[in-house]
Amino acid sequence: MSATTTNTAVVEVQDLNKSFGDNHVLRGIDTTVREGEVVCVIGPSGSGKSTFLRCINLLEEPSSGSVRVGGEEVTDPDCDIDAIRRNMGMVFQQFNLFPHLSVLENCTIAQTTVLKRSKSEAQATARANLEKVGLSEKADAYPAQLSGGQQQRVAIARALSMDPQLMLFDEPTSALDPELVGDVLSVMRRLASEGMTMMVVTHEMAFARDVADRVIFMDGGVIVEEGSPERVIGDPQEERTRTFLQRVLDPTHVDPGAEDAAYDKRHHDSESAADNFVKPQDTHGHYGH
Amino acid sequence: MTTTTPETPQAPTRPKLSPRKRAQRFRLAQYALLVIVVAALALTVDWPAVRDSFFAPEDIKLTLTSGLGTALKNTIIYTAGAFVIGLVLGTVLALMRLSSVGPYRWFATAWIEFFRGLPALLVLLVFGTLSIAFPGLVIPFDPYGTVWVGLGIVASAYMAETIRAGIQAVPKGQVEAARSLGMTPGASTRKIVLPQALRIVIPPLTNELILLIKDSSLVFILGISTTGFELTKYGRDLGNQTAGLTPLTVAGLCYLVITLPLSVLVRRMEARQRKER
Repeated sequence: MSATTTNTAVVEVQDLNKSFGDNHVLRGIDTTVREGEVVCVIGPSGSGKSTFLRCINLLEEPSSGSVRVGGEEVTDPDCDIDAIRRNMGMVFQQFNLFPHLSVLENCTIAQTTVLKRSKSEAQATARANLEKVGLSEKADAYPAQLSGGQQQRVAIARALSMDPQLMLFDEPTSALDPELVGDVLSVMRRLASEGMTMMVVTHEMAFARDVADRVIFMDGGVIVEEGSPERVIGDPQEERTRTFLQRVLDPTHVDPGAEDAAYDKRHHDSESAADNFVKPQDTHGHYGH
Repeated sequence: MTTTTPETPQAPTRPKLSPRKRAQRFRLAQYALLVIVVAALALTVDWPAVRDSFFAPEDIKLTLTSGLGTALKNTIIYTAGAFVIGLVLGTVLALMRLSSVGPYRWFATAWIEFFRGLPALLVLLVFGTLSIAFPGLVIPFDPYGTVWVGLGIVASAYMAETIRAGIQAVPKGQVEAARSLGMTPGASTRKIVLPQALRIVIPPLTNELILLIKDSSLVFILGISTTGFELTKYGRDLGNQTAGLTPLTVAGLCYLVITLPLSVLVRRMEARQRKER
């Protein structure tokens, strides 16, 4: 995939810190994502990888440090965050489709309100993107009538309809039934091969190994290790990376309870932070299928 | 529903009546009691007297022909106007209560507590006599305007709390999705949050509307002319004239003519939306 990567930096992150109360979730993240690059962020639960992603489009406000997207300083209090967000799409773990709008309307509403496109132009763009995710025949359905995998593909089409320069994926397959994961991942793989710049927080190691240009392993709010997937997943240098990968890739050969102490440490005195990690689950009940 | 279970040594001895049979007999006893009560009522009530007080044929005719249509129309006009004012004000107040700006929150809280705590009759009376304190003040569309503002303000206090609950029931991820598509906070609220919130609160808002229909009977306190009579005032005046309860009965049934179709309509709306959510 790296054939499409250029030298233009799309995302530049410098010394990014984020605290929820006493809980220091991100402790100095530095990285750069180039145009066309696919970066997968992996790491244990509570390592701060979702928070990291959410700091890039300012769904979480960083405590300190700087984030630049397309040269614009996201962390500048006087920036036009809505204008910057137009250029990046976000895909959520819980899909977050608008339940009161049809699939087509989900894909057109931001085009008409934000980009001021005409209705017919917005619909044409939406249909093209629904076609791309293989759901053109569902344009008139409502989200509740779709499977989780279909909803997530609509969410991808919705984000793509804004013609973003960058796509952020926050554990896009974690809420899906196992047999539906493949549909979403293959859409993402196609997107990557078309040259989209992507940052993907994921637990899908096979996807990271096959599609990523670079893998970032995070633990305890810092980047422990980063590099090509062959290096980070195939031949990890750090002990923490090795332990994590062993647990993920071979979960049936782990001593029960061996990770409990480390888990407690990560989630130590962090009620408020824990809420933040759990929240996507909370919202699930309201629009359960 | 009976199933045959293989005999086991520890099988408990069966009670004489199975729970199902016991429930059947209990229900039978209830029906029997009901029949007895109805029969007793039918035998003891003086039916001709009931008919003469509540359903006197000539009074029914009088009630139907002396302007019942106008009274029905007035009830609907009073209610509809007050509901629209209450809904708009209530939505604004709900958003103010959830605002990050302190003074907005304080104002909305004070408004809600104040008008929720006062009897609607009193508020209506104050608005009807406001011109004493403010000479020259004229509320347009008299008397409709006065009723709309008075009842609408009281309704807004109740509706604000209902709508606020609806807004808070919309998952946080909805706003995040809207904002991450580049929508402004205002656009996210208008296009994503409020439509969902209002759908959630349709059942309690229906309650509010039905309460308003009945509260429109308080209009009599304003001392309006006959052209402004709503159902209750109309029925009461005719009742005094005929010295019977028939006009009030007819007027009362007219309220059901409004509320029952409304309930059916709302149930249909809810059924349709269940598909979408």
